[in-house]
Amino acid sequence: MKLLRPALVFGGLLVIWHVAVSIFEIAPFILPGPVSVLAVAFERADILLGHAGITLAEILLGLLFGTILGASSALMMAYFRQARSWLLPVLVISQAIPVFALAPVLVLWFGYGIVPKVAMATLIIYFPVTAAFYDGLRRTETGWIDLAQTMGASKAAVLLQIRFPAALPAFASGLRVAAAVAPIGAVVGEWVGASAGLGYYMLLMNGRVQTAAMFAALFVLAIMSVCIYFAIDAALRRLISWQPDGDPSIR
Amino acid sequence: MNLPKTDFGPAPPGLRVRNMQLGWESRILVENLSFDAAPNSWTCLLGESGVGKSTLLRTVAGLVKAFPGGVFEGSDGLPLDGRIAYMAQQDLLLPWLNATSNVALGARLRGEKPDLEKVAELLARTGISDRALAKSGEMSGGERQRVALARTMMEARPIVLMDEPFSALDAITRTQLQDLAFELLHDRTVVMVTHDPFEALRLGTAIHIVRTGDNAGHVSLFPPGHALRDPTDPALRDTYHAIMDALSQRGTADAEHREACQ
Repeated sequence: MKLLRPALVFGGLLVIWHVAVSIFEIAPFILPGPVSVLAVAFERADILLGHAGITLAEILLGLLFGTILGASSALMMAYFRQARSWLLPVLVISQAIPVFALAPVLVLWFGYGIVPKVAMATLIIYFPVTAAFYDGLRRTETGWIDLAQTMGASKAAVLLQIRFPAALPAFASGLRVAAAVAPIGAVVGEWVGASAGLGYYMLLMNGRVQTAAMFAALFVLAIMSVCIYFAIDAALRRLISWQPDGDPSIR
Repeated sequence: MNLPKTDFGPAPPGLRVRNMQLGWESRILVENLSFDAAPNSWTCLLGESGVGKSTLLRTVAGLVKAFPGGVFEGSDGLPLDGRIAYMAQQDLLLPWLNATSNVALGARLRGEKPDLEKVAELLARTGISDRALAKSGEMSGGERQRVALARTMMEARPIVLMDEPFSALDAITRTQLQDLAFELLHDRTVVMVTHDPFEALRLGTAIHIVRTGDNAGHVSLFPPGHALRDPTDPALRDTYHAIMDALSQRGTADAEHREACQ
């Protein structure tokens, strides 16, 4: 049942799509039907998978670097009072300048390869990861910190053994957002300038009015993004299995 | 009762509190609170909600800065650093650690190797050996507070401060835990904040009732007999009435109002 419902919703949407395209006689170069999109997807599976592999690498590397950078920023801000006043402006600026506006600059600096895309994905997830984790580190149950102090714990021990694990649920929320937006960073990077990747392929097919192939690439991207999200979600659930699952407002 | 040997030589130090102020800078509720907790005894602090009893304990534990002029030290005249264990109303178990790791928390935090044999022994003495690997989410309130008690014992500090440690438990569990705590902490100096006159009567060697307003200060009572007492014992009736009189001195309406605001 748990898997059946999303499958039903997905199938239903495909049917609506198909019916709408047939009834309104939409031109295939505007909106191709799901059947022709799937046909193209299978026909060009090897090409699509090749591009998908590159985009996947960009997303995963972006997630990795963004998480490392975000987590260490949050830890620094929680540990050093000084770091807070230095890092907070960086954090806000990283969010105030739209990453989309930075994309051409990154391409200019790092070329057409994988690096500017990874940088884009890293930048786009830096803020949600840092903000969520720092928030979690700040909101540690004060009783735990009091207890640790009476036990003679050092500031570092309190941070690493109490505040860090206590902030993991908040960190997980940040990572889930990151998992959902990292593909945006990678694809935008590919649009601005690339020689491979799903975003590049979509633009290429758009230029050739091969709309079905474009949709096929979009379809692969969507499946990939959903898989990344659920893989990360499952890993996080395992990591913080001690946290009671449920809406606290209902209890 | 067959009690195990003490960890602190002949006797642990007592606690000396002098000239402590309770309240906030803007509104001082009690001035010059002074009392002694005799070595190796159980001292109960009673008083209205909001009078600052918990803050007093937190100050003595070194978690809050004292108002200037306040003195707290061991009865041996030495500072209290490293000689105090603290037990709060909430069990404060870390939900990601199992009972064993929670009991060994102090050693882990100080970067020492935890004495797992002693942990196992304490879990046995608190009656929860079978829950050694359970996390706090899988334990009942009583079990969690037993783990907290074992964790307090593990610290081997001569002075134990308790802030309403049993108030969240049901009556039967509370009585069981009072018995257990009294037995386990027999060789330490215990200062316990409580709201419950019966708990104070049951456990206290001395009972100090902290009061505010016109009669600000405290009333000390020494119930007859030895803990663990039966609070329904007719011999304790006078002490019970004395406690209630001391608590209600300021007029019950105000006290109830404060309680409701909490």
